[in-house]
Amino acid sequence: MEQPAPQAAKRSAHVAATSDLARRIRRHAVRMTNLGGSSHVGSVLSMADIVAVLYGAVMRIDPTNPKRADRDRFILSKGHAGAGIYAALAESGFFPIEWLDNHCGDGSVLSGHVSHKGVPGVELSTGSLGHGLSVAAGMAYGAKLDGHTHRAFVLLSDGECDEGSTWEAALFAGHHKLDNLVAIVDYNKIQSLASVKDTLGLEPFADKWNAFGWSVVEVDGHDHGALNRHLSSHPRPDGKPFCVLAHTTKGKGVSFMEHSVLWHYRTPRGSEYDGALNELVGDE
Amino acid sequence: MRDNFVRQLSEIARTDRRLFLMTADLGFRVLDDFATEFPRKFLNVGIAEQNMIGIATGLALEGRIVFTYSIGNFSTLRCLEQIRNDACYHGANVKVVAVGGGFSYGVLGISHHATEDLAIMRSLPDMTVVAPGDQWESREATKALFATPGACYLRLDKSAAPATARSGEVFTLGKARTVRQGSDITLAATGGILGAALEAADSLVEQGIACRVLSIHTIKPFDTESILSACRETGGIVTVEEHTIHGGLGSLVAETCLDEGVKPALFRRIGLRAGFSSVVGSQEHLRREYGMDAVAIAKAVAELLSAGSPRSPRPRLRVSAGGSAGR
Repeated sequence: MEQPAPQAAKRSAHVAATSDLARRIRRHAVRMTNLGGSSHVGSVLSMADIVAVLYGAVMRIDPTNPKRADRDRFILSKGHAGAGIYAALAESGFFPIEWLDNHCGDGSVLSGHVSHKGVPGVELSTGSLGHGLSVAAGMAYGAKLDGHTHRAFVLLSDGECDEGSTWEAALFAGHHKLDNLVAIVDYNKIQSLASVKDTLGLEPFADKWNAFGWSVVEVDGHDHGALNRHLSSHPRPDGKPFCVLAHTTKGKGVSFMEHSVLWHYRTPRGSEYDGALNELVGDE
Repeated sequence: MRDNFVRQLSEIARTDRRLFLMTADLGFRVLDDFATEFPRKFLNVGIAEQNMIGIATGLALEGRIVFTYSIGNFSTLRCLEQIRNDACYHGANVKVVAVGGGFSYGVLGISHHATEDLAIMRSLPDMTVVAPGDQWESREATKALFATPGACYLRLDKSAAPATARSGEVFTLGKARTVRQGSDITLAATGGILGAALEAADSLVEQGIACRVLSIHTIKPFDTESILSACRETGGIVTVEEHTIHGGLGSLVAETCLDEGVKPALFRRIGLRAGFSSVVGSQEHLRREYGMDAVAIAKAVAELLSAGSPRSPRPRLRVSAGGSAGR
């Protein structure tokens, strides 16, 4: 039997590792939103695989030196899913996992929307939508000015593509050919009150990014192999910024939360909490 | 002020690699020399102020000291949340510059009347707010803001007071300048309207009234001591600003006095009471229209002193409604 190419073998080892990381992020998110009485668990579950692949396999990070100059920059523009980033950072060793228990607690620095103050590894505080892509573009532009090779990754929600500022930044990145910038859209098709389609349709979505001068790929946002392959293929040979439209399921991993608007805001409690954790059991 | 600001930036850029200048497609001919001399330190982001502040924050977090240039309210109100969340909260070295404070662009209409910016900018946490009164102050403030960590706001006026600096004078951010000595009353002015305050002080000399004139170039951090001294040493305080009376310099002085438990014997705020001005005109015209020119300032001071003089039965803290009626 033919041996897999070394890169492919490495990737398949990564897939096992990042799949477990994604599951752990999901479990943390369910616990954190329960303990903190907070919202947006569906949004975290939606992006958990993307975040796990980024932190577990793709990005150059250094938990022992979070501000290391050549680190890849990551911005969570959909700041309401901050619990997922705190979980990924804790799992990656940026701070103790016990910190997560105090998410949204009185006096906690782990706010519902991601904040950098007192939290090693967070590049940018967000929470108001439509800010992240501009700042990431500024970081990418700065890296190019200085001849640095690190990349800027930014994770957007589909809903925040309603914001005009997102498209100001998209236009800018395309114009300046920021091939060190990667925007990943967590395209779960559900926004705050209803579906994207019924609220403010984004299709043809890939065409829009293309028209703004981006290289675009559509991918299953829960397929670790595909995510890893695409997110690692950077910088792009075509010299364009790179948009990964990640088709996802809101609430992914907890059957009764999937495809549901309800879990944008609802806090998992009681039997719902137990049920969710049961669906996310692994080798702890 | 604008040209002096740009000249000063060029001077800094020649020796410091960190300086970066961005514009949201404004500054016709004003920024050309800078752009030509420093192509890698200049960027026109297009007509997109929100994006400009976001990009500036990203660049600042990567080590640049970024000046963002636009005019009137576009620099501030259009991208207020980016200034607050991105620049201020991250302590990013973003220096927001608005050319055309107050009625500098008087004829262009309310979109271009920047008459609430000081109140709004000074309410932002971790924000330094500066409004120079003359050319020297605008150059010195530019240097000072470059050296001040974090987010800053620089309001540049079209008008400027005649040169007020003494030979060898050192500019200190957050420290008001006494540009004229006097003890009958203090005129505390911010921005280019300092010129009108000085003119008023000149004309009051003829009536035997000696004004102390303060240039409050820094609104935040505020020089509390300069106001306390004015209360102690002069007959009262009249604030002068080309800005709404809600939340600007006059409010700041009043807050400061009450917080410190000090009452100026006489007090009056000269500023815009009319809200929007649907009529247009030159900066001079609109100052006259809304009771903020030198004549109106002098008249207000004379009235205030006469009402508050010892002959008056009960000298007291007076907060007088002045200015002309709103339009």
